Amino acid sequence: MTIAGATTYTTPSEREFAMTRVFDAPRELVFAALTSPEHVPHWLLGPDGWSMTVCEIDLRPGGAWRFAWRRDDGTELELSGEYREIVPPERIVQTESWGAGWAETLNTLALIEEDGRTTMTQTMLYPSQEARDAALQTGMKDGASMSFDRLASYLESLS
Amino acid sequence: MASDPLSATFAALADPTRRAILARLTDGAATVKELSEPFAMSGPAVSKHLRVLERAGLISRGRQAQWRPCRLEARPLKEVADWAEDYRRFWDASYDRLDDYLQQLKEKDQ
Repeated sequence: MTIAGATTYTTPSEREFAMTRVFDAPRELVFAALTSPEHVPHWLLGPDGWSMTVCEIDLRPGGAWRFAWRRDDGTELELSGEYREIVPPERIVQTESWGAGWAETLNTLALIEEDGRTTMTQTMLYPSQEARDAALQTGMKDGASMSFDRLASYLESLS
Repeated sequence: MASDPLSATFAALADPTRRAILARLTDGAATVKELSEPFAMSGPAVSKHLRVLERAGLISRGRQAQWRPCRLEARPLKEVADWAEDYRRFWDASYDRLDDYLQQLKEKDQ
């Protein structure tokens, strides 16, 4: 059961990672807020201190999208990809990449409305389990019968 | 070829044997021979993994010509851990904002 205001993170298959969130709004509105360049810069900002510097959305199959942010300290972040499939207001398939050297993911966004609330599920498909685990660092937990828990606690001791 | 340090770290961590080697090194420095034993792998095969880890800055090798013990270098790993944490925090914070923003849109609609 997913409650409003909390993001659930799961791994539905070996190559996937999913984020689920319930919004207290009908899905037409959620779809607009997620896909319109007029709306996106109002909320897709991460923690305090970041501002969105680029928000380009060409919402059609084959259309490109590009988002960029800058933090107060000058750190920059860029995300881009291409739309593959768009079914308003329920489904979007798009590629996503954090830039050269990163694994490109194929993301499927699904919106389901019930009683005026919308459940959003964003599923990211990685090229391999290794790529997903490296990106999510969950590989730290299995590490071929060796104890990566120790490494995890070692890392915590550093922070 | 990975274009930035974090990508090089991810590429190096993408292999389960290399992750296991790193886990072993949290116990302390080890030689190639010691690292080969639990993996049923040849010395050269392990050495190949070690070169990838060394290039990514995840391990360093001692200077004694014969033994060249491998040591874990924690800094790049910590950057990966921070990145994974940042990623989650980024989306959590954004969706929290989206909750508020959707309420504003709903009020405007009425």
